[in-house]
Amino acid sequence: MKKVLEGSMAISDSIRMTEPKVISAYPITPQTHIVEHLSQMVADGDLKAEYVMVESEHSAASVVLGASACGVRTYTATAAQGLLYMEEVIYNIAGMRLPVVLTVANRAVSAPISIWNDMQDSMALRDSGAIQLVAENNQEAYDMHIQAYKIAENPEVMLPVMVCVDGFVLTHTFEVVETIDHIEKVREYLPPLNMKYTLDINNPFSFGTVGEPSVYLETRFRLSNAINNSKSIIVDAANDYKEMFGKYEGALIDTYKMDDADTVIVAMGSVLGTIKDVVDELREAGKKIGVLKIRAFRPFPADEIVNALKNIKNAIVIEKAVSLGKGGILSCEIRDALYQRRINSVNVNGYVMGLGGRDITPKNIYDLIIKAEKEEDVDGEFFGLNNELLNKVF
Amino acid sequence: MLTNILTKEDTHKQLFTMGHTGCSGCAQSMAVKLIMQVLGKNTIATSATGCLEVFSTKFPESSWNIPWIHSLFENSAAIASGIEAALQITGKKDGTTVLSQAGDGGTADIGLQALSGMFERGHDVLYICYDNGAYMNTGYQRSGLTPYDSFTTTSPSGKISFGNNRPKKYMPEIAMAHKIPYTAVASAGYPIDLQKKVKKTLSIKGPKYLQVDVPCVPGWKYEPRYSVKIAQLAVQSGLYPLFEAEYGKITSVKKISKRVPVEEYLKLQGRFKHLFKNEAGKAEIEKIQKIADENIEQYGLL
Ligand SMILES: Cc1ncc(C[n+]2csc(CCOP(=O)(O)OP(=O)(O)O)c2C)c(N)n1
Ligand code: SF4
Ligand SMILES: [Mg+2]
Repeated sequence: MKKVLEGSMAISDSIRMTEPKVISAYPITPQTHIVEHLSQMVADGDLKAEYVMVESEHSAASVVLGASACGVRTYTATAAQGLLYMEEVIYNIAGMRLPVVLTVANRAVSAPISIWNDMQDSMALRDSGAIQLVAENNQEAYDMHIQAYKIAENPEVMLPVMVCVDGFVLTHTFEVVETIDHIEKVREYLPPLNMKYTLDINNPFSFGTVGEPSVYLETRFRLSNAINNSKSIIVDAANDYKEMFGKYEGALIDTYKMDDADTVIVAMGSVLGTIKDVVDELREAGKKIGVLKIRAFRPFPADEIVNALKNIKNAIVIEKAVSLGKGGILSCEIRDALYQRRINSVNVNGYVMGLGGRDITPKNIYDLIIKAEKEEDVDGEFFGLNNELLNKVF
Repeated sequence: MLTNILTKEDTHKQLFTMGHTGCSGCAQSMAVKLIMQVLGKNTIATSATGCLEVFSTKFPESSWNIPWIHSLFENSAAIASGIEAALQITGKKDGTTVLSQAGDGGTADIGLQALSGMFERGHDVLYICYDNGAYMNTGYQRSGLTPYDSFTTTSPSGKISFGNNRPKKYMPEIAMAHKIPYTAVASAGYPIDLQKKVKKTLSIKGPKYLQVDVPCVPGWKYEPRYSVKIAQLAVQSGLYPLFEAEYGKITSVKKISKRVPVEEYLKLQGRFKHLFKNEAGKAEIEKIQKIADENIEQYGLL
């Protein structure tokens, strides 16, 4: 059914369709609407779940960890400081191979305190072992959460999946979203969680035991393999979803107008919408330009990205995050993927934009394209700065 | 109730079994064994990071014959909350005890927020704090439950210091302030009293807090054979009052049967030996005696 839904409503509605048994979250802008909607669903009996109102994000993540270890489907959501506060637990959930799904309503991190959107929060957890999927619009946010459980709960994966959704830009914006009418269809796509090891009084196991130097390396190797091997399962989840619900927004990556392109803009999340509008106009003007969307940031789809970029001249990477003391994150990883495969014909330029909710306008993107095509090997340069302000801030 | 003599076979059948790597004389491991004998096999346990977790679950071995989970240092109560929620929604809670465990550091310091949240939300969880008065697992550093004037590696005694210069945090009172159905303080020195209190928790729904005094051989610096004796002296001197409370009100106290001066308790332990060096130390012992006297008065221990 087509409905006009706020991003947060779309997300909470898709979570309702996945029937989690335990939900726990702590409010933080711009995640709040998601958990408020879910609380209401529980209060109305539309979702039969325990909603545990905790005193912190650390406990929210811990509650879903404990519940997940009992073998039930769980959900949490957070953003920014809340995600950083959860970080310790997220690493733990991944290490314990528990299929928790969490939404990150992407938001800038303090200081200065900012409630507005960028991706510095989820980027900080990129090495945690959690799978990271990034949604472009509300429809994709809806579909992606259902796919997230399918991926997380695959016996070969058994990892937390973080669905990254741009704060405000998506969470607080109304768009037309086509929702699934029958929960039975979702149940068919997503069978009940069936975990091999759970906290069960009839079959006792010890979870989270001490890993001495003699075993730690191997457990991390297994974890590393699990997330690397999840690529094919992410692809399957997207394809199966397409077959069952007729929606496909890409799997690990997606390409847009890339045939014959010599310049490609690479990005993640909602900024892709603006980028695609600009590319449409440039295409009409005869420019050979396309867009590469990164849908799964972890596991990093290096082969797929290289395959998509290997014959183009300029890759312009736009990122709403920065590795302070280093530079671009996505651009650096793309360059590394190309280098590993000995491809040096692609000029990769990475730009940091839109931090802390700064609007990325079509004009910014035009200007950037003109500039970037003349530059080489830019590594996370800040673009769109207001120079007048620079001597007023510390 | 109390199993006095165990054959090797019995020991293997225990829910918390032998073979762990705890120090000989570790009162924490004694307490766990006694507690598990009462709670029985329909128990799911969590442990915070700390001595117990480390010495009982060296992969691929585990001393736990019940489902057990360790996650982090500060989240034992939150993990237990999640387990309880999962059991409730799946209809498996009846007949299953959720046990949440942590040391004094994991309880009164870094885990206090998660614990307070668990109390306030009213989860049906038994929380047990094994109080050995310091961060033992990391090498005997000071915690909020380290007693006054105790030497620890971060509150050492020195030329101008008598060690930890703050009294112990009143953790049971903090639990009681949540008006939870049951709070109790027990000691590894009094196993029957400990088991009686554990048994009582089985009949009470909602959050329960039990704090157990568990002497630590290397942390307190005494000979392993003194673990029980020292725990008893803590009670008999008035330094570790044992009591029960319901909904924030004290309902019973364990009376001191043979009162001893605090000196008797202190002198057996290396962590207090700096108090026995000079006149200034004597004055400190008097201050500790005052703490005991005040406890005796406050809890009506005589
Ligand atoms: C967040 C975090 N900070 C610090 C530590 C290090 N650490 C592990 S156990 C421990 C002390 C445990 O003390 P306590 O809770 O009293 O238990 P005990 O070992 O004394 O039984 C510390 C400081 C940790 N594991 N995690
Ligand atoms: S250090 Fe103390 S608490 Fe830890 S195992 Fe040894 S005696 Fe027990
Ligand atoms: Mg301790």
